[in-house]
Amino acid sequence: MSSPIPAGPDRKASGDGISAATAEKPKALARPAPDKLPAWADYALLPLINVVAAFVVSGLAVLMVGANPLEAVKIMVFGALGYGEGVGFTLFYTTNFIFAGLAVAVAYHSGLFNIGAEGQAYVGGLGATFVALALDHFLPWYATVPIALVAACVFGAAWAFIPAWLQARRGSHIVITTIMFNFLANALMVWLLVNYFIQPGTMDPASRPFTEGASIPKLGGLFSLFGADLGAAPLNLCIFLALIAAVFVYVLIWRTKLGYEMRTVGLNPTAAVYAGISTSRIIIITMLISGALAGLLALNPVIGDQQRLQLNFVNGAGFVGIAVALMGRNHPVGICLAALLFGMLYQGGAELAFDMPQVSREMILVIQGLVILFAGALEHMFRPGLTRAVNMISTPQRRRMVEAGEASR
Amino acid sequence: MSAVAGQGQGQGETSPPAIELVGIDKRFGPVHANRDINLRVEKGTIHGIVGENGAGKSTLMSILYGFYQADSGMIRVAGREVNIRSSDDAIDAGIGMVHQHFMLVEPFTVLENVMLGVEGGALLTRGIAKVRGELKRLEREYALEVDPDAVVGELPVGLQQRVEILKALYRGAETLILDEPTGVLTPAEADHLFRILAQLKAQGKTVILITHKLREIMAITDAVSVMRRGEIVSTVATRETTPEQLAEAMVGRRVLLRVNKAPAHPGRELLSVENLTFRDSQGVTRLSDVSFGIRAGEIVGIAGVAGNGQSELLEVIAGIRAPSSGRIAVAGQETAGTGRALLPAELRGCGLAHVPEDRHRMGLVTAFEENENAILGYHRDPAYGGGPFLSRNAVRDDARKRIEQYDIRPPNCRLKTANFSGGNQQKIVLAREMERDPQVLLVGQPTRGVDIGAIEFIHRQLIAMRDAGKAILVVSVELDEVRALSDRILVMFDGRIVGERMPDADEQEIGLLMAGMDSKAAA
Repeated sequence: MSSPIPAGPDRKASGDGISAATAEKPKALARPAPDKLPAWADYALLPLINVVAAFVVSGLAVLMVGANPLEAVKIMVFGALGYGEGVGFTLFYTTNFIFAGLAVAVAYHSGLFNIGAEGQAYVGGLGATFVALALDHFLPWYATVPIALVAACVFGAAWAFIPAWLQARRGSHIVITTIMFNFLANALMVWLLVNYFIQPGTMDPASRPFTEGASIPKLGGLFSLFGADLGAAPLNLCIFLALIAAVFVYVLIWRTKLGYEMRTVGLNPTAAVYAGISTSRIIIITMLISGALAGLLALNPVIGDQQRLQLNFVNGAGFVGIAVALMGRNHPVGICLAALLFGMLYQGGAELAFDMPQVSREMILVIQGLVILFAGALEHMFRPGLTRAVNMISTPQRRRMVEAGEASR
Repeated sequence: MSAVAGQGQGQGETSPPAIELVGIDKRFGPVHANRDINLRVEKGTIHGIVGENGAGKSTLMSILYGFYQADSGMIRVAGREVNIRSSDDAIDAGIGMVHQHFMLVEPFTVLENVMLGVEGGALLTRGIAKVRGELKRLEREYALEVDPDAVVGELPVGLQQRVEILKALYRGAETLILDEPTGVLTPAEADHLFRILAQLKAQGKTVILITHKLREIMAITDAVSVMRRGEIVSTVATRETTPEQLAEAMVGRRVLLRVNKAPAHPGRELLSVENLTFRDSQGVTRLSDVSFGIRAGEIVGIAGVAGNGQSELLEVIAGIRAPSSGRIAVAGQETAGTGRALLPAELRGCGLAHVPEDRHRMGLVTAFEENENAILGYHRDPAYGGGPFLSRNAVRDDARKRIEQYDIRPPNCRLKTANFSGGNQQKIVLAREMERDPQVLLVGQPTRGVDIGAIEFIHRQLIAMRDAGKAILVVSVELDEVRALSDRILVMFDGRIVGERMPDADEQEIGLLMAGMDSKAAA
């Protein structure tokens, strides 16, 4: 998270050329970064260690409330993966987390920390709802849903646009503004639901249920072909949309000129200006894409599951997306895997709270929080030690390679 | 300067050396940074350490100053074995360090900076009085005049360096390590620094001078050690060696210290700058009324002490900053003036290429693979992929071609750019900018942090560009380099061009101009 957020206008008007010589970090102080981890350790081993550490600490917490941690793990794993309906729920949650993780990752590649996926998804749901309410009586689902999809993207992107513009043109820090926009989204949605969407004569602040004309087919039928019974699980076509979005993000970031410019801005904004890349333009485009991806998330719960707009339907998925992106190293493949892990945690945790009387709903939040803590905030805690360990057993071939590089200076 | 050399030798036999390193060995992972280093620095001498970048000088000094611990080996200070595990230990052992990039808190006063870390209690009153007294004494003893109440950020670089020296002396340093101390100084300031060092030596202090400027080594040191690839390859008394021998020892082969070039044949004017003025966001005038032209087949060098507007000049011409007023034309086309000033991408289209002064800050994205940096700024070229897409194969093929052409090592376009040495990174930037066959080439600090072997190569490339009829603007803080490359020299001081000289002009005279003194008025 160290990449600086490019500030303000493209053309630097400040006279920082003078201080550059003195302000630069002295070489001697900056200890040489320990050798980089090989990819397998960086992308697989380190996240695994983090998750295991989180579970060990969680286990201690479970012990403290007087339950058997091994038993708890068993219930969680079975709850998440042990039977069709559990799998269905796991994958349903995974879908949300993929969208949110991708939204955070896209912004991250431009050096932006989008904390606002939660709010963008919430507002994205508003867009989808408008379309659903307007068209569900007239059009079949396969006509309504693409329009709702576009609307969700547009609304999510629009909600991200204001922080983006403030960052690009006014230098307001995107972290602060996107956090604030989550609160604004919340207030806006409560106001709309309570005053406009609510059904006359009900106490439930939700829109009217959508008809068949605004629904997304569940995958129960598909799974039953393979003999699995998803039961009441709301898993629907959106999971394929999420995978398509993951491919889209990969192509965007690593195979397009726009992605190249985004990464340049994210890694070295000064070099971006030098290269003739407009940083403010990239900041705005990036946040629009990020917001659109977050907006897509809303399709899954709103049209795919509940078939109506409800209060707080995002339910924290936008924040989990931050941990998912971090754990997945901002790479779509990593994000899909991390999203699956968090999907299992959500579903398995729900089962655990149900099955173990000592383990309350709050306990589950503690476990999920610990995973986010270890995989996210403490992501680098084990890195130096692991790097040393890996280097110690590093193959002679690697050493030869580096020395050859050294020799050819 | 030469008056100081030669004394202080010969006491080594009677008293133990000030610093003795025995069998120091240090690895960073698979990189062997220091191999079995043995070094004696006699008390009361100035000992030079030279070597190319990555030769291990900085690592060795970092071990001595406690930033790193050696894997094996021993450090003796004044004959006594010491265990230096942090810079505090080094200070306790009487070792002080003046870093290349100063470690000063700019908004603090000189006094506060000197006191930093040795405040002596929760309340500052007593500490301040003590530091003030001590500063007076040091000032008397070493001719280190600095106003203790001046704000450090407002002092010229030469004085800031003096504050660093004072800091070290205040902490009781007997041995002072200076890392590339003259890089940011005018010739006059450098001379003053050498006088201070001579004074320190006369008072019995020991100085270790790390530099890559052989001229300084010859002028001031008593003994010199040459490092190459992590080893000390020779240690000799300075008066028994020559710059050519030292250069050869550093690189391991014969090196041309001078640039061979034919006389220039300037053609039509390709870059013209008229009455250029630039004020920064704080309203400070960084460039005022700068006018000059560069013709085809000509290299014009800008001499000046860092921070006198050279950086701004390059960035304004390159479109990174918009000028406040004035006119610029590239190859006859106006790029700034009456209308909107063109942006960097548009300027590239006009045939302008720019090798920025600081390749890490601006010229490269060090986290990118080499091939990705090889297209920076030219990535919209359809040759690298149609429509919105970027073709990996096209980019990599292109990178491989240039790696071969410019002998970039290691020849691996998939390697992260940060893992290339400074010289090879500079070659990546040069290859990218030269390969586009620009009409006008702006080059900032062509060889900063580049080792001698690569310097030769880069200079040859620039001369070849010139002979191919391009207009080249070179900005460098190395006066020697400006003199070696340029066909004409413009001297900048305080945002203006204060004089134009031929490269064979008297160095003293250019030095005076760089310091803002009109030589004619002085005469």
